[in-house]
Amino acid sequence: MPEDTIHRANVQVEPLVNAQLAGDATAADVESIRRRTSVFVYEWPVRLWHWVNAGLILVLIGSGWLIASPLPTMEFAEATYQFVMGYTRFAHFAAGQLLTVAFAARIYWAIVGNHHAKQLFYVPVWRRAWWREVVHEMRWYAFLEDTPRKYVGHNPLAQIAMFFFMTVGITFMIATGWALYAEGAGQGSWPDLAMGWLIALVGNTQVLHSIHHLGMWFIVIFMMIHIYAAIREDIMSRQSMVSTMISGTRTFKDDLPE
Amino acid sequence: MSQIETFYEVMRSQGITRRSFMKYCSLTAAALGLGPAFVPRIAHAMETKPRTPVIWVHGLECTCCSESFIRSAHPLAKDVVLSMISLDYDDTLMAAAGHQAEAALQDTIERYKGNYILAVEGNPPLNEDGMFCIVGGKPFVEQLRHAAKDAKAIISWGACASYGCVQAAKPNPTRATPVHKVITDKPIIKVPGCPPIAEVMTGVITYMLTFDRLPELDRQGRPAMFYSQRIHDKCYRRPHFDAGQFVEAWDDENARKGYCLYKMGCKGPTTYNACSTVRWNEGVSFPIQSGHGCIGCSEDGFWDQGSFYDRVTDLTQFGVEANADQVGVAAAGVVGGGIALHAAVSALKSAQKKTQSSKEEA
Repeated sequence: MPEDTIHRANVQVEPLVNAQLAGDATAADVESIRRRTSVFVYEWPVRLWHWVNAGLILVLIGSGWLIASPLPTMEFAEATYQFVMGYTRFAHFAAGQLLTVAFAARIYWAIVGNHHAKQLFYVPVWRRAWWREVVHEMRWYAFLEDTPRKYVGHNPLAQIAMFFFMTVGITFMIATGWALYAEGAGQGSWPDLAMGWLIALVGNTQVLHSIHHLGMWFIVIFMMIHIYAAIREDIMSRQSMVSTMISGTRTFKDDLPE
Repeated sequence: MSQIETFYEVMRSQGITRRSFMKYCSLTAAALGLGPAFVPRIAHAMETKPRTPVIWVHGLECTCCSESFIRSAHPLAKDVVLSMISLDYDDTLMAAAGHQAEAALQDTIERYKGNYILAVEGNPPLNEDGMFCIVGGKPFVEQLRHAAKDAKAIISWGACASYGCVQAAKPNPTRATPVHKVITDKPIIKVPGCPPIAEVMTGVITYMLTFDRLPELDRQGRPAMFYSQRIHDKCYRRPHFDAGQFVEAWDDENARKGYCLYKMGCKGPTTYNACSTVRWNEGVSFPIQSGHGCIGCSEDGFWDQGSFYDRVTDLTQFGVEANADQVGVAAAGVVGGGIALHAAVSALKSAQKKTQSSKEEA
């Protein structure tokens, strides 16, 4: 066993002797298990929100796309009995409203949840150490560093991306989305009372449609980067990524002190 | 100075019967969305109130607002609405010209200080000290400021006065500026449209004369009774929109069936106006009913929203003309390419690392 480990205790313990006998663990596996550590990071509301949010975003992208560029005309019934565009818009509005509620719940959990539940909502620009981590992480992504660092929560680049694409991006989409919804709900309705001021600020709501549409592409680009980075980090970094958002537990692949 | 006639006196002197007058009052009440109880109130106001003096000035514009106004299909509009208001100055419609006209303007301002309504058609260009629009030898912006100083309220007729319209379209070389950005200390009511619907124009004036106050305005300063809903909300083709039945190309079978013009770039879903209810030319039709999408002429900056025939409009902010989808696909393509490249290098790097470490072990 190497000397540079954070696990000094219980070096004499032989882990998984029984498993080794009963299971298919090799000697190398046993030595590896000795060096694994894990930490609980994401509580269940955070994980639930992540997947609900992801699902809703997919619905919103799909239905939103079909609102801007509707399906070819269908004539399977009289217009009275056919509601294709109506259901598409219903899907979009329903998903948008659920997204809003989920996002509000997520903000609530940032307040009452653990330390890692808060990371989505700020960028610690005032911390020098954080900036050094940013530089290191950028060098790692530019292939200038041989080994990445270990992170319990988001790495600093991920934190920046999460903040701008999710916290800012989702807020932007919720705000513009509700303003557009207020148009149909009508003046004096509560969506109008809440977000109608944005219509007046922008002037022409065609502009609002355009920026809401661009916002969709903003989210799509985030999804591409997010999924790529999560899988890449899962393979190449020193900790678990994808499973962490399922189980909540971050597993480290080594016990090196740095 | 002689006593100004009441509206009723003017109407009677024009040969309007009492019966027609009462019809006018009830139709006006209906147009304004008021209950039957308001008919006698309107009649009473018409019978007793002296006509309100109106100064109607013209800046950079095409006179389509005036053209629309004098075509009000309201029963008595052609005779009465113009007489109803004491239109003391309107260089397009008045008999006087030149110095006489300018004298009439000055006279009205002085005689009815603080009591006249200033109707503005068009807008002032501000570049080059306003030299792009000269009225009576002086820049229009000076006439506007002068006439606005003692006005009770200002009506911004049309898209020009309300938002700027075509002369303010990018890059707006004359810096044509809507009225509310030049006059900031007076109540301003915007009646946008290119032109506004005739009945909307006369309706707004009638309301102001009858009740001596501005009608209820929305957040953008437009009369809520005509501009609180979109064309789309009251469009008779809306069921086809909800059904997903669209005109796919001009003159296709769906166009003949009167399907929704959404895919042809109809701006009904983003345009606040009364066209789909009041309609045009004595309620005969409106653009969508005639088979063409709404171009959104009563909306702020409608000339700068790309083609009239695109649903997803072109954005010029990116240097090239491209719509949100083209911009998005380009950006996603660049990011996707970057990801693919990064993934490839990552794979090579880790393969290299593995080879090195296995060599070291060996």
